[in-house]
Formats: sequence, structure tokens, C-alpha cells
Amino acid sequence: MQDTAPKPATTPTRITGGVGDPSPHDSAHKHVAGTAIYTDDIPEPPGTLHIALGLSTRAHAEVLALDFSQVHAASGVVAVFTAADIPGRNDVSPIGKSDDPVFATGLVEHYGQSLFAVAATSMLAARRAARLADVIYKDKPAILTVDEAMDAKSFLSDPYTFGIGDPDAALAAAPHRLKGRVRMGGQEHFYLEGQVALAIPGEDGDVTVHSSTQHPTEIQHSVAHVLGLPFNAVTVEVRRMGGGFGGKETQGNLPAAVAALVAAKTGRPAKLRYDRDDDFEVTGKRHDFRIDYDVGFDAGGRILGITFEQAARCGMSFDLSMAICDRAMFHADNCYFLPNVRITSYRCKTNTVSNTAFRGFGGPQGMAGIERVMEAIAAKLGKDPLAVRRANFYAAKGKSAGSGRSLTPYHMEIEDCIIGELTDELVRTSGYEKRRAGIRAWNAKSPILKRGISLTPVKFGISFTNTLMNQAGALLHLYTDGSLHLNHGGTEMGQGLFQKVAQVVAEEFQCDLSNVKITATRTDKVPNTSPTAASSGSDLNGMAAREAARTIKMRLAEMLAVEAGTDVEAVRFIPGRIIAGRRTFTLPEAAALAHARRISLSSTGYYATPKIHWDRASGKGRPFFYFAYGAAVTESAIDTLTGENRMLRVDILHDAGRSLNPAIDLGQIEGGFIQGAGWLTTEELVWDGKGRLSTHAPSTYKIPACSDRPPVMNMSLWHGENSEDTIYRSKAVGEPPLMLGISALLALSDAVASVGGYAGDAALDAPATPERVLMAVQALKTRVAAG
Amino acid sequence: MAATRDYVVFLLNGERHEVPRSVPPTRTLLEYLREDLGLKGTKEGCNEGDCGACTVVVMEPEQRSTLAVNACILLVPMLDGKSVTTVDGLFGPSGELHPCQQAMLECHGSQCGFCTPGFVMSLFAMYQDVMEYHDGKPPTKKWINTVLAGNLCRCTGYGSIVAAAERMFALPRPEWDVSRQAVNEFRAIGLRSKASLAVKNANGQFYAPLALVELIELRRIQPDSIILGGATDVCLWANKQLRPLPILISTARVGELQQFSHGVGRMRIGAAVTYEAAWSTLEMVWPNLGELIRRLGSEQVRNSGTIGGNIANGSPIGDMPPALMALGSTLVLNGPEGQRRMPLEEFFLAYGKQDRKPGEFVEAVEVPSHETGDRRLRCYKISKRFDQDISAVLGCFYLHIDNGVVTSARIAFGGMAGIPNRAKAVEAALEGKPWTMATVEAALPKFEEDFQPLSDARASKEYRMLTAKNLLVRYFHEMTSDVQTRLVGDGERIIAEVMA
Repeated sequence: MQDTAPKPATTPTRITGGVGDPSPHDSAHKHVAGTAIYTDDIPEPPGTLHIALGLSTRAHAEVLALDFSQVHAASGVVAVFTAADIPGRNDVSPIGKSDDPVFATGLVEHYGQSLFAVAATSMLAARRAARLADVIYKDKPAILTVDEAMDAKSFLSDPYTFGIGDPDAALAAAPHRLKGRVRMGGQEHFYLEGQVALAIPGEDGDVTVHSSTQHPTEIQHSVAHVLGLPFNAVTVEVRRMGGGFGGKETQGNLPAAVAALVAAKTGRPAKLRYDRDDDFEVTGKRHDFRIDYDVGFDAGGRILGITFEQAARCGMSFDLSMAICDRAMFHADNCYFLPNVRITSYRCKTNTVSNTAFRGFGGPQGMAGIERVMEAIAAKLGKDPLAVRRANFYAAKGKSAGSGRSLTPYHMEIEDCIIGELTDELVRTSGYEKRRAGIRAWNAKSPILKRGISLTPVKFGISFTNTLMNQAGALLHLYTDGSLHLNHGGTEMGQGLFQKVAQVVAEEFQCDLSNVKITATRTDKVPNTSPTAASSGSDLNGMAAREAARTIKMRLAEMLAVEAGTDVEAVRFIPGRIIAGRRTFTLPEAAALAHARRISLSSTGYYATPKIHWDRASGKGRPFFYFAYGAAVTESAIDTLTGENRMLRVDILHDAGRSLNPAIDLGQIEGGFIQGAGWLTTEELVWDGKGRLSTHAPSTYKIPACSDRPPVMNMSLWHGENSEDTIYRSKAVGEPPLMLGISALLALSDAVASVGGYAGDAALDAPATPERVLMAVQALKTRVAAG
Repeated sequence: MAATRDYVVFLLNGERHEVPRSVPPTRTLLEYLREDLGLKGTKEGCNEGDCGACTVVVMEPEQRSTLAVNACILLVPMLDGKSVTTVDGLFGPSGELHPCQQAMLECHGSQCGFCTPGFVMSLFAMYQDVMEYHDGKPPTKKWINTVLAGNLCRCTGYGSIVAAAERMFALPRPEWDVSRQAVNEFRAIGLRSKASLAVKNANGQFYAPLALVELIELRRIQPDSIILGGATDVCLWANKQLRPLPILISTARVGELQQFSHGVGRMRIGAAVTYEAAWSTLEMVWPNLGELIRRLGSEQVRNSGTIGGNIANGSPIGDMPPALMALGSTLVLNGPEGQRRMPLEEFFLAYGKQDRKPGEFVEAVEVPSHETGDRRLRCYKISKRFDQDISAVLGCFYLHIDNGVVTSARIAFGGMAGIPNRAKAVEAALEGKPWTMATVEAALPKFEEDFQPLSDARASKEYRMLTAKNLLVRYFHEMTSDVQTRLVGDGERIIAEVMA
């Protein structure tokens, strides 16, 4: 049935691939065809040297002597480089702390630290030779764990505290009080594409570096510092990464700097790609945390006062640990109003690899802490943890003013809280109440297998907490054939950023998405960029690209208004056409005409996030532009004889605002959830007593596999839009869904609690490997037996 | 002795490909594709066969199967006479996508895209196998999970990829795919040589004899040579330990070692028989062993790896020896001094040490088998992740109960000692006793006589000991009641309940 006459093909009613369209990833065709080019796939220029790093085999030691005679003698070796060969600064610290040497000198501070580099004619030759160096160490005492660091007061900086109210008085007066300790492990990024950089020397000592990085500008700075060059002598390019997850925010600095050093010193192109085991040992991971809490609450489970002591293993240097630990503090409240709260953060310095950014950036650890508190309160009061959670939610959007329940521990008023509404809807669609009762009945009849269920909410603050980083640039060219060339400072690591920003540009020009060429991120196109991190990619770069598009559109509109003898306001971009008064132009016609009229068809665009500010000294401000919300219900089962466990069903409702691309956003939600669940269940990092990582490859470090996905998985997007003026009222979606995975841990916790007849807190730490689950079952049985 | 050939030739994306004689025999297929041939579609993710990013498809026309394998743990000479398809060769004649690629695109199956070529090749292998050699019916979700267990994705959470695996069977099969498959098969058959392979250059030697006598002779001359089955472990010596492998002898084409027979009272598994080749028969006879094999390695590893290799390398955490020991298997060795037989458990002397004379090699393992569907054998694999993980503890139980009395008990464990070993004190505490929980409980402390496990990255010694004991409890429940004891595999009912 057709109720209108078909329109001529030349006047489309809507464009293909505009904002809100579930277009596939821009490189999907190339991905499946194997033609997408990653850094290691770039054809190597003739004479390219391959580099391997020589790594420390001590956690903490003086380096007394380095002898390279066997290295030099090895087949294929061209040169060996140490700190003495560095013309500039021997440091790749992302924050200028001079504590991340390219090559350690005199002292090694973690097992796997870079000591020297071997350049050879093949990667295999370089790897073989790098193991032949003779290194004489003199061991020093090593501090490896959070506990050891806390005992020794080994910190990167003084502890940092913020909060509101009077927690000590509130705790003393509270009718109920609980103290507990929560531990959670770190996490290896396991991007499928390891760290890699290819440096190509140019004229005048310039160098171009192809790097798999989330932060090309920082690669540029690191290379320039190490080579003693001005920034304008270094160009960095990245078309795409094979995964990043925060692991390529700073960790690409070292391989890029070393590749550039070898290129500068030899005059030959040079590539450094870590073998997977090296990648595990050399690069930082998610911080493992120990969180102590002391909470006071009323009979309804409402928190009256609480203190948190968060201790994080930062490793041997600062890297981004200060900001990560800050974000853990910013998320210690999750969705809950804490009227009297003090959060103290300890940044532990240890002789382990320097931990770094990982999707969520400390937020997941802070959030997991308070979610365990919710479980403990519920166990104590014999309530459904969901009831305790609801009792503590921040005041809802529209009801926050005067509620007295909307102030965060960092003195920001929460005005956009939708978690109550969102939770209600998820409880309904997931059948939570009925299923929870059913599970308890089932457990009573199943002596060995036990099931558990948990609903956990997420509120995640969007913006870099370092306010100056919240800016972005774009560069847009309109060519005379009407095709568009888009560039911006964001990087593509699989999250679909390039496609989303291209959809914004297509929407602005009302042209098909295929008309927008997506190009590699380069420091010589858009300078001084922030990393693609903090979920900010589409918020910042989408706005910058829209600004660039609107500048060009305005120039076209002004020109076409003159051409058509009408007002600028009467020029409209409609699907496939530009209407100017009575005249109609195609984009190619308008572009050609503008060129003929000598009007610029190229523009930059720039965006800086409004409203945000943060004063770290006073612990007050508005560090976040807005919050992204979500909630998940996970049902899991455990085997009480072995501790084996698995997810059975997951229901997710997540807030991406008005989605720029629902297909991409749902992909982020599902992938984020599974990654979060992996962090808290199968993914266990184990170090031996000498500080060597024992789990340094996928044979021993287990990320979720295909069958770990729950057999039933329902995901939906929340229907609301962002109340702040973001790009088309969308919300950032990169990190928040990872924290939905906390429900996977707590569902196991609920299953464990069943063995004690739900009479006690399972207090299940993460990662909940079979061993941890079984030991928690044993401990609970013992506690219950002891009464 | 049969004729020999001194160069490697295989079919690469449908075209005859002769490997230059200068290529070191230890070069992996992945290195060869990417570095020597510039075929960059196949990715390196881990270089140890655990991530699947380098998956390619190998076809052996006589076996009527398309096999996904990891290119990072295959040496180039191992491909001699086979047909190899990489992601670079999937395009149709006018650049069309294959249904497995089209489905991945439609289902949003890629994010960063780096693992994608590997997934595409695993899907391609499944698609061709179902369409060519089976009934064309789409596989179950469970089977899809099993086929994809060897491909890791860090971005998607897998849902979109599983959707693609279902979707591809709903797409029309292009005519060019049918004809290309036929042409490849035809050409691959033409390539099959009756000569044994002897590749020698400055970088090493690689032999692939065709007959047992040839193998014995080679071992007599070169007793220090390294025997290759599927190379799923030996390649790690090269890739990770950077060990030189100067002389390699492949068992893969030795006719006698490829034999797999199931006669009255006895099954004989030649040392070169892959898990894949033996799986369905073993599953038919011992369903629990089938489930163990499903979780052993991955599709790619099972397609390459051999049961003989799993025994011969003597690993304390190999999954096959405990199961075969519980069944009372006999190991057949051969070598310059002739054939020897021994109970399998006697082969493992100590960590890293086996009862093997110079030049000796594993010829076969013989397993007593009297009936099909023997559910008395239970294999319990405990690991952090269900699929594609190395066991922290592997317990295999095989008890005979007659009139409520334990008439024989064979219990073997992996991960509990430096070698796979029997739990003889536990067995003794069960034999001759009534099959009751009281007997089980009385036997539990005996585990501490049998084993003193170690702590490592997979589990603590305390967990290993507690779990080993609990597995006997599980066995008792499974043999005597209808209580649910399994989250995965044989006996798993919980998933069906949730789906319903």
C-alpha cells in the first residue's frame, strides 16, 4: 500500500546515515575483508629496522653493569641503544614527572622495565638478541602489594581527602554500623592489537611516527622531548587501533619514543611492536584496590554516615594514577546520596609496572566499593539489596532542588538523576521480583548448584576531571565536487567514533554519509589535542566537527542568499539539496560556485565543554558536565563443590541520551558489560613473590570467551535525552556500561549467600574465580555453623 | 625407502604456491604470510594459539573437512600438500563478500576489527563444513560457542558475532563459492604427493616421512630430533622461548600413526590422530570424554593437536592422560630398538621426564573399550574459564559398582602433581566397599596421601586439594542421584531452565 505518489529519485526525503541512524562501523567492510590497515600492516619502507626491548628481570635493583657483547654478536643485530644515546630527555611520563624513563639507568623499579633496545633486521633477530645481554643487578627490597605499601607508607603523594558533612558524628550516632574491607584485582587491557609504532625519518631531522595510540599529541610530545626536537618536527598519525580501552592513552609513548630514537640515530625507518608477553610485562594495567569502609545506617538501610579509605596500587611511577585515584573517589557514591561522608585515597607506590588508564579510569573501583556496602547493609538488615539501593538514590531529576538529597561528596548538585525511574523500568522488564523469589525457591531444592541475582545501577560522571582537557578541534574540507573530507582530534579504537562524527557532518550538510570521507588522526591536521578518553570522544569531537560544518554552511548560505536574491535565513539544507529562496542547489553545485566566487571551503571547528570547574585543593566544584546512567540485572549460578560459576541471564537498560547511532551504542554497552564482568570474574592477574607477572599471556590470563556470554542477554536504550546541550543531546557511552558488570560479581555474591541461608554477607572479593567463590562458600559455611 | 621431495608446495587461496627453499623450516605460517608474502589480513594477537586472530582455513580433501587453524602455531612445511585459505582470499570474483563476511557486517560483528579476520575465518570454516560436508542446517548456539571458543574478542561481548554465525546460513550461498570450493578440492587433490618430505637448508631440517619404518630410521640417525604432531606446543618453544629447533620430524603423514581403529574390546589411537579426528568416536563411547575434548584447547587447537602429542610431551596439565589412565590405557612406544608397551601411567616418571629411550617415540595408545555410551567415566575439568583454558585440576573417575559394592576404581588427576597421576590411596579406600556417602567421606582424607599439589597462577594448593576431594563427592552424586551438578556440558540442565 502506498498512500503518496512515489517521489522522484532525485529528491530524497531523508539522507542515508544521518544522526540516529544505526549505520555499521565505518570500517566494517574493511574489517571483515581483512583490508583495514593497522600500524603493523603499513607496508614497511625498505631497510626498516625491527626493535625489541631488553627488560629488567628484577623488581627493584641497582643495575651495576650492562654487557652487550653477545647482543652485538648475534645474527641480524644493527645497533643497541641505551639511555646514553638519548639526545633529549630520558622520560616519557605523560605528566612531566620525569619518572618514566625510556631506558632505566642505575635503578630498575619493576620487573619488565625497559633497559635498552636492540635494532635488528628482523623482529625475531631483535627478540633473540635482546635476551643475550648480561645484566648485573644488586637487589633491593621490593614493595609489591597494596598491603605492603600501606604498611610501609610507600605513597606517590600525600593521601587526598574530600567529603561533606560530619561522618564521625553521624557514625557515632547511627543505629546500625558496619565495617568491612573490599578487595578487587587489576585488569589487563588485552587489546587484540598490541602496542606498536613505526617511525620514519624525514628531512631536517623531522620524524613521522605511526603509532597505535589514543593520544597522538602526547606521542608527539614524548618523541620531541626524547629527541630534543620542537613539537613541529614530529608528526604522529593513527588511522585506527585494534582496541585501546585506555591502555593506549599513555602506554604508546615508550614504543613510539624508542622507534623514533632508532630512526633518528640510524636514519632508517624503525618499528617496535611488542610481543604479547612483553606487552603484558611492560605496560600498565587497571589499578587493583583495597577499600575499607565504615558505614552507619538506619533501619530502612538509609546511609547516615560513611567513610572510605581507598588504597590503590599505582606501581613504580605516577603515569595517570593521580587522576585515576581521584575518579575512584568521585565514584565512591555511585547513585547514592551520602549526607556525611569522607573519602580518603592512598596512592601506593610499588615495585610493579606503573598502572594506567583503563575504561572507567578508577570509577569502577570506587563504584564496586559502595555496591559491596549496599550488599552488606542488606545482609545485616535482611532486606533485598535493591530496596537498600532505592532508599539511598539521589533525588530525581526535577525534584532535586530543595530535596536536601542531591549534593555529591565533591559539592556538585546532581540535577539530572534518572536512576530511580530507570531502575523501576528495568525491574519491570526484567521480572526481577518474581525471578528473585523463584531463585530462592530453586536454591532450596538444589544442594550443589546455587543461583543468585543482582541489580546494580550506574551513574558515571562525564568530562575529564582535569578541566583543561575538555576541548577539541576538527578540520573539514568541502571539495569542489561536493565531497567532504573530515578530520578531528579523536582517535578510532573500535568504538565507532569516526562514524558518529561523520554522521554529525552528514546531518549538518544533509548529504549521505558516503559523501563524508573519514581520515586518519594526525597531529599536523588538528593540533594540541586531548586523548580520546574519558568517554568524551563523540561529545567533544562531534561538537568541534559540527562547528566546522556550520562555519562552511554559513559561508555557503551567505553566498547562495546573494545568488538567489534572498536572506541568509531563507537558505535551508534539506536532504540532498540546498534551498535558497526559489532556487535549489546541490552540494556539488554550491561548492563549485563558492570556489568560483573565491570563498573558502575549508574550516576548523573548536569546542570547549561549558559549565565545568574543579578546585582540587578545596575538593569543591563541578567536575562533570553531566552523568550517564544505566542499570543491569544479572542472574548467575555457582557450583558449591568447585566454585565454578557462570552468568545465566542479563538484562540491561542504559542511558545514551538521544543516541547518535543506536547500533554502535548497543555494541558499546554489550562489550562494556562483558569486559566489566570479565574484570570481576575470570580475569586474574597473578604476580609471583619476585614481582614477576605470572599471567603474562592469554594462556594464563583469561578474558571472557564466546560461551561466557550469558545465554539470555536483553539490552535496551533508555528513551530520554541529555538535559545538557551536548551533540544532538546524546550521551557518552564508552565507559559507563563497563560498570554494569558489577552486577555479575554481586549475583555470584547472592548465590554464595544462599549457602548460609541468606543469613550473612558473602563478602565475595574480585575477581571471583572458582577459587574465590569456593573459599567464600567455605568461609560462609564456617561462619554460619559458628552462629 | 619412498621417494622424497625437498621443497614445500601448497595451495594458497586457490593457487599453487611453492615455498622458496631458503625459507627456514621453523618459519610459522603467520610470519610467512605477513612478512614474506605481504598478506596482512591475517593478524598476530598473541603468537601462541590462544586468541585466534591469525586463524586461517586448511582443507584436506581426503578428510572431507575444512579446518580452522592458528597460523602462528603452524610451521610452513606442515602445510605441504594442503589447501590454505586466508581472509585475503575470501572475495568473490567481483570483490563480493562471502556470506560469513556479509553476515558479520550486517550484524555489527566488528568494532576495532583486529580480531575480525580470525572470526571470519572460523565462521568460513564452519560455513563450508556445514554446506559441503554436512546437511547445510544451521548449527545450534552451543555449537557456535564451541566453534568460536578459540577466537577472542575484547570489544563486542560476542553477541553480534554469534548473531552473524546464525545469519550467514540465512544468506544465499553464492554460485562462485560452490565452484571455488570444488576447484580448490580438485587442485588440492592434484597436489597430494606420494613422496615423503625432507626440507633442509642452512636454518634447519624438516622431515615428514610416510611410513613407520622411515620414521624409525630417521630417529635412529637423529635421536635428538624433535617430533612434531600438531606442533601446538612445540611452536611455543620457538615463538616464546626462542629455542632453536634444528631437526624436526613430523608424524602427521606417517600412515601407521594416522590409524584410528575401534575394534572389539580395544580402541587404538595412532599418535598422529588429531583430537578432531577422534572426537566423535570417543564421545560416542565415553560421553564425558567427549565433553572434556570439547573444552580442551579450541577448535583451532583440536584441528591441529594430536592425542599422541598430548601424551608424549609429558605435561602435568595435559588433559588426555588422566582420562586415558582412568580407562586403563596402554602406551605403545616404538623406536630403533623396537616396540614397547606399558601402562600409560608408567610412562610419566617425574616432572619433564618420561620413560623414553633414545630415538623412541609414541606410536599409539590403546584403550580398553567394551560398550558405547559408557557413563561410568566422568571427567571434571576445573579452570578459571570454561572454554579454552588450561586445567587447574582435572579429575577423571572410572568406577565399577556391582550390587552396591565398588568392584574397581580407577581415578586419575592432572594438575595435582608434577605428572598426571593415579589416586591410588583413594582407589584402595573405595575398592571392595559399599558405594555410599560414608565410604566416600572415609576416602576423602586419602587424597592427601596421593597428592601434594603446588600453588601457581591457576590455583592455590589448598583449592586444588579441596576441589579434588569435592570432585569425588560430585562423582558420587552423579552416579547415585538426579541432583544437578554441572554448569556446563554433560548433565547441564540449568541453561535450558533459564531459556524456558
